[in-house]
Amino acid sequence: MTASATDILPTDQSIGDVSSQLTGIPLHFPARRQWWIAMAVAIALLALFIVSVVELFTRGVGIWGLNVPVTWAFAIHNYVWWLGIGHAGTLISALLLLTGSEWRNSLNRFAETMTLFAVVCAGIYPVIHLGRPWYLYWMFPYPATMDVWPQFRSPLEWDIWAVLTYLSVSVLFWYTGLIPDLANARDRARRRGWQVFFGILALGWRGSTIHWHRWSRTYRIMAAIAVPLVVSVHSEISLLFAASQLPGWHSTLFPPYFVLGAAFSGFAVVSVIAVALRAMFDLKNLVTRKHLDVLGKVLLATGLMTGYGYVFEVVDALYSGNPHDLQTLLNRTTGAYAWLYWGAVFFNFVPLQLLWWRQVRRTGWALLLISVSVIIGMWLERYMILVTTLYRDFLVSSWSHYTPTFWDWSTYVGTIGLFLVPFLLAIRFIPVISIFETEKTLLDEQETRDG
Amino acid sequence: MADMPYGFVAEFASEDAIVHAARLVRQAGYRNIDAFTPFPLPRLARVMRLRDSRPAWLGLAGGIFGFLLAFGMQAFVSYAYPLNVGGRPLYPLSAYAVVIFELTILFAVLFLFVGLLALNRLPRLNYPIFNAPRFHLASKDRFFLCIKAEDRQFDRENTARLLRDLGAISIALVRS
Repeated sequence: MTASATDILPTDQSIGDVSSQLTGIPLHFPARRQWWIAMAVAIALLALFIVSVVELFTRGVGIWGLNVPVTWAFAIHNYVWWLGIGHAGTLISALLLLTGSEWRNSLNRFAETMTLFAVVCAGIYPVIHLGRPWYLYWMFPYPATMDVWPQFRSPLEWDIWAVLTYLSVSVLFWYTGLIPDLANARDRARRRGWQVFFGILALGWRGSTIHWHRWSRTYRIMAAIAVPLVVSVHSEISLLFAASQLPGWHSTLFPPYFVLGAAFSGFAVVSVIAVALRAMFDLKNLVTRKHLDVLGKVLLATGLMTGYGYVFEVVDALYSGNPHDLQTLLNRTTGAYAWLYWGAVFFNFVPLQLLWWRQVRRTGWALLLISVSVIIGMWLERYMILVTTLYRDFLVSSWSHYTPTFWDWSTYVGTIGLFLVPFLLAIRFIPVISIFETEKTLLDEQETRDG
Repeated sequence: MADMPYGFVAEFASEDAIVHAARLVRQAGYRNIDAFTPFPLPRLARVMRLRDSRPAWLGLAGGIFGFLLAFGMQAFVSYAYPLNVGGRPLYPLSAYAVVIFELTILFAVLFLFVGLLALNRLPRLNYPIFNAPRFHLASKDRFFLCIKAEDRQFDRENTARLLRDLGAISIALVRS
């Protein structure tokens, strides 16, 4: 039985097979060797992160390359980058649920899991770069003995509310979708330890019709409000920049430009994870070539929208005729950091064009390499936006340079470990693909096939 | 009554079979019934006349609560500690909008999540239906229909016969 043109999953498998295969990943883990190798690397990176943070807390932010005028550098740069990556998980899960795109059912679980830990990596940056992170609680309105309250009219204060809200909502949305699958894993588990583990996490879910009815409503409403949340969070972050008066930042283009770039980089990471998990757990029957095809198309579309942002940034500066804006444009394209600008343009948009070909989109390693290129490109873009504006502002007397130090790099590379360790634990211990939604997709396809 | 069972549970192999069975069981006059499926089946909920729109209202209530909380919090802070930054207004909606938006969503989702668990009476780790011998398949690929012993028409022989006639793969009397 071959799949017809509209089917995204091969219809020659039963829903029972899918259920056994997916619960089998945590219960009878198939890729122990690869997993431990990946975990060893991840733990090494996490150790580097811990060392870097200890050094930072001991000696202060002076160990980074920050200076005046480049007062924001790697900390904000990587914060924006990580948070942007996280947004794709919510968009895949929530937006595509509402539009009824069934291909999302093979991707939403690990995309959401990615979101959680990417947001953690993002959220840690503003905390550690406070200089005195133990005063973090000053961001919250509490009755202090000094009668001081936070300043709610500043984007810096909005930030913590946006990120904490995003993290909480992502966790709740992820867990709500996970409960039925935890119950499935509980029922498949044979060993006592697993039964207790999944039994407690599943909260006693039994799949009663009225429970499902309430669950569906709740889940859809959560999805409907998670979509504007994504847009609001990254718009808010762009306001950290746009609400200042610096040339190159002070633009109404920034919110959409940031949100689209976020989706672009996030879909690239989702593609990387999809290709990797597909190979690691032999999931070619569930994450099919058609999924890769759709991911490639989405990546291309979001990439072109981000490209539109690049064009309009130039138009914006030229149209304004403002000498400072024009100077910043010139600094970006020909200044000391021109390699950042052209690097971002190259890595973001040149390999991307290969995705116009169907054969490329359907080839795992090709999609993987293009996605990695996009991830690098977006990293360079966030770096470029920050540094090229700051290193030369209005006063020539305060022009300077920025070079990241060893500790800048070690903290950044360390956050990759901070992402990978919990992510690897998650794919080890919970169903990595949404089982009941995949079963439903499969049954619907089989029904259509059988008439 | 200590020896009263929880009910009869019948196993079906397909969506269509359980929807059909649920319809006929209702037509036979049974009202105290429940069904257990591996994924949501809106069709089945319609046949069983199950509706609950409270989740939507809970979300709305949470949203309104978060909205008011965020606005009140920010206005109070500006009132208690008026910071004059270049003469900018103390109570600007535009500057409050982001935190208002975030907390509206945060509390809507919190209300929805807690409400979902509360309405479903979860977490409850044990439940009589788990005593059914093949019930572990309800989360995999089988569909179960339960007629509870509390139902007025419940009768050990007649109810079992009805379920058997509907084509159930297996039938079990579940102890409570």
